[in-house]
Amino acid sequence: MTLDVLYFAWVRERIGLPRERIETDAATVADLVEELRAREDRYAAAFADLAALRVAVDQDLTSFDAPLGAAREVAFFPPMTGG
Amino acid sequence: MDVRVQSDAFDAGAELNAFAGGRDDVGAVVSFSGLVRDDGGLRHMEIEHYPGMTAKAIEGIAREAMERWTLGDVLVIHRHGILRPGARIMMVATAAPHRAAAFEAADFLMDYLKSRAPFWKKEVRDDGADWVAAKAADEAALGRW
Repeated sequence: MTLDVLYFAWVRERIGLPRERIETDAATVADLVEELRAREDRYAAAFADLAALRVAVDQDLTSFDAPLGAAREVAFFPPMTGG
Repeated sequence: MDVRVQSDAFDAGAELNAFAGGRDDVGAVVSFSGLVRDDGGLRHMEIEHYPGMTAKAIEGIAREAMERWTLGDVLVIHRHGILRPGARIMMVATAAPHRAAAFEAADFLMDYLKSRAPFWKKEVRDDGADWVAAKAADEAALGRW
């Protein structure tokens, strides 16, 4: 499937781009993370500690074991600091 | 319910007057403003957000507040972009028949906006720049609700 993968804040800086379109067969967010980690060091660095990251699938916060199903957009970012 | 995500500055006084004005069904209005604080050497703050998700996430939080408390209305304005020290980042206002609901709902909204609205703050100082780390206490605060 085709997925838009978005990165924010220091995840964006570490990977070096704000978004990319990828082809993947990943079944869950965790599978997608494994695929991305295997790509290059900058991805491995960004995804080194999942406890420091949050994920949204189709713009809803979810967990790393969430299935991707028919997802169109996955975003990775650090814990939010609004307000 | 009025949720706005914008880069432009806003006039909190005018917003509050407009929010509270012209209605006779509420007896209490509470507002909170968040400002850019300079603890020393801050040039500006950069606030990044997730455009597709931000308004949706805040509307979800505001809807939950309206379900939990008897409220007449909720207003949330949150800015993104480059903000100087002293600038207003955001404001929340709640209107309710009675003050307890207005205070509690505003407190709830702030706790959730802090940890569940997709904004990230970066402090740019004279000697470098750092992303503001989320505090464990902010996450723990959600447990109050």
